[in-house]
Amino acid sequence: MSHAVTGLEHEHLDAETVGALVNPSPLDIARRDRFDRFRLEFHNFGIAIGAFGLGAAMAVMQSLSRADIDLPFRSEKMYYLSVTAHGVLLALVFTTFFIMGLGYLLARLGFGKLEWEGLAWASHWTAVFGSSMTALAILSGSSTVLYTFYPPLQAHWSFYVGATLLIVGSWGFCAVLLRTFIVWKKENPGVPTPLPAHGMVTSVIIWILATSGLAVEVVGMLIPWSLGLIDTVDPVVARTWFWWFGHPLTYFWLVPAYVVWYTIMPRHIGGRLFSDHLTRVVFVLFILFSTPVGFHHQFSDPGIDAKWKLLHTVTTYAVMFPSLVTAFTITASIELAGRLRGGRGLFGWLRKLPWKDPLFASVALAMVTFGVGGFGGAINAAFAMNTMVHNTAWIMGHFHLTVGTATALTFMGVSYWILPRLIGRELAFKPLATLQPYLWFLGMILFAVVNHVTGIMGMPRRVFSGQFQGSPVADQWQGLTVLSAHGGIVLFVSSLFFLLVILGTLMVGKKIEPPSFDFAIPVEGQPERAGLWDRFGLWTVVAVVLIVMAYAYPIAHLYGMERFGSVGFKPF
Amino acid sequence: MKVDIYERFWMWGATVMIVGFLTAIVIASVTQAVQPPSHMETIDPATVFTDSEFANPGVTIHDDGSVTVVVRSELYVFYPRTIRVPQGRPVTFRMTSPDVLHGFQIVGTNANATVVPGYVTEFMITFHEPGEKLIVCNEYCGLSHHLMQGTLIVEPAGAAAPSSTTEAETP
Ligand code: HEM
Ligand SMILES: [Cu+2]
Repeated sequence: MSHAVTGLEHEHLDAETVGALVNPSPLDIARRDRFDRFRLEFHNFGIAIGAFGLGAAMAVMQSLSRADIDLPFRSEKMYYLSVTAHGVLLALVFTTFFIMGLGYLLARLGFGKLEWEGLAWASHWTAVFGSSMTALAILSGSSTVLYTFYPPLQAHWSFYVGATLLIVGSWGFCAVLLRTFIVWKKENPGVPTPLPAHGMVTSVIIWILATSGLAVEVVGMLIPWSLGLIDTVDPVVARTWFWWFGHPLTYFWLVPAYVVWYTIMPRHIGGRLFSDHLTRVVFVLFILFSTPVGFHHQFSDPGIDAKWKLLHTVTTYAVMFPSLVTAFTITASIELAGRLRGGRGLFGWLRKLPWKDPLFASVALAMVTFGVGGFGGAINAAFAMNTMVHNTAWIMGHFHLTVGTATALTFMGVSYWILPRLIGRELAFKPLATLQPYLWFLGMILFAVVNHVTGIMGMPRRVFSGQFQGSPVADQWQGLTVLSAHGGIVLFVSSLFFLLVILGTLMVGKKIEPPSFDFAIPVEGQPERAGLWDRFGLWTVVAVVLIVMAYAYPIAHLYGMERFGSVGFKPF
Repeated sequence: MKVDIYERFWMWGATVMIVGFLTAIVIASVTQAVQPPSHMETIDPATVFTDSEFANPGVTIHDDGSVTVVVRSELYVFYPRTIRVPQGRPVTFRMTSPDVLHGFQIVGTNANATVVPGYVTEFMITFHEPGEKLIVCNEYCGLSHHLMQGTLIVEPAGAAAPSSTTEAETP
């Protein structure tokens, strides 16, 4: 299934453009053609990377502040405003736009075309508009509620409306992908879905299941409340809907990274995908188990029975299984590549791998980091052990390893692969690109591991200062916060390198014939017929049944209790 | 479906590990009642300052030796500011908030719960070591969130504790 795009189809070029160019060379034509074909993707990636740059710039200031290092403009107001912006820009805007770009790209290549491209553009601008609205609400200081926006903290209505428009835009993306998939299926009965597109359809289904909960919270509760149409909302009910969304959200981030690991990286380094079958099984398991798990974020909440929390613990552990299978399949695929490149012996293949290649290095380091993060996740999810780490610096150490590295570093790595193919330019500043993933890894190990340690010591997350008015207990973690701030600086340098390479490539990268997009071929060859694991409709129905089983009773119970809502507060 | 033999081993290994973790968790929670705070009781947040219990937060030592600590968590203080409890006795914490969410974490112990307006958070814990502990708010609650803290003093078992005291502290 190598979806080679030759870039030699000239029919997209209209006469006018040709006339405007004096004797365009075949290279120029090929490059322009390619770019025209993927303009939508280019725009989505562009917004994602812009949001990443802003979020990273704020992050370094935050990590210094937590270590009580004095900076110009350092204040409580700035700190919490910045953490809100960093969380929203990176966890919601950067990820969502990048995934939309990747989804359009892989669907277009896998299915041969995109349906409803007009809707895709309208959704893009809706999401851009919404994100800007939320960003403005945050920057104005009226909405310092963090990216989890738990009521009764109340943001300005434009914060919630903007976020809703971002989600509505992403639903447009979902509709385009599903429509394209359905049309393709009709035209290709019995053919297994091309794996990269298969993975992105999986993310889309997870996203639809996830955002249904968010919509209830934001549209049903927070928007009318912030507009004054209703006086009170119930914080536990709101949190329950939020975490219905919040955990599958993490798989919406992770599955696209896995798609890169499974379908792009092995081919890029000259290997094969170890198992096509298991990859499809893994994706289905994510559809089934990523949503009915939300109570593991509410272990210490009142109002939810411990039995239901225990049930969600079981499903949470179940969702570890597909990630463990992934660890094997990807490692085996990499080993295969090492051996195909002439590596011998038990570990000799490791030396043959292209460690200087930024895509490979990013994926390999992202995997190692995810191994550490996953181990920590098993502790977070462990019902009673959770009280040791709940809301401490451990948690923010944890998600910087997972979304902040497994996902973010993979996205940076695959940007180095995608960009030359979109615009027909070689990567600029290659040495920076080679170094960048290693710097990120180093910075993140320093930053995140140290935060795990201070978290176990009891340092809370989301604090402007770690001093606690000179408490002797807080003295223990003072030196460590400085160490994690060093990690923050290294991360910042790595982000700058990434942005320099991207901007440099856009502006001064050497013009080349756009390389083709090639995807990994399974060891056992391409599957011949679509099987059980390709039946998205069936698995979605099963997933909905599991969600109903996990949530119907506790939610009904909550709604049935005598409850008292809360009015809004703005202590910021 | 063909699955490579090593991958089969790996998948069985993964399954055994996951089932092992879960068994440990379920056994601990069933036999030793190890579970996170999950109390089911509601209260109108507008009445917290007039509520007979939460208007007068403090420590009560009951005749049977057990202890109840009522805490009101509000922007940016825990009342009582200093909580004194005896060593080695079961202590029940009951708390709520009149405003936004707060976290109640006694650093260096397993006490870590979310305090939610409209709900009463309750959990039980025994402190085995005497000494002073730091209490921090670990749920972002506003611009002085990082200043919201308190002190817990565990008094040595030997110290003569009156059989019943109410130590109330009001703002
Ligand atoms: C550029 C390197 C980065 C640095 C130095 C950094 C640093 C930080 C710091 C210091 C905080 C505040 C923690 C607190 O007060 O509890 C934070 C929060 C956060 N970061 Fe990052 N971060 C980086 C990259 C990322 C990336 C790539 C992502 C996700 C894609 C991410 C997602 C988050 C989220 C979701 C929060 C939580 C905000 C909250 O607690 O409300 N960060 N980060
Ligand atoms: Cu607080």
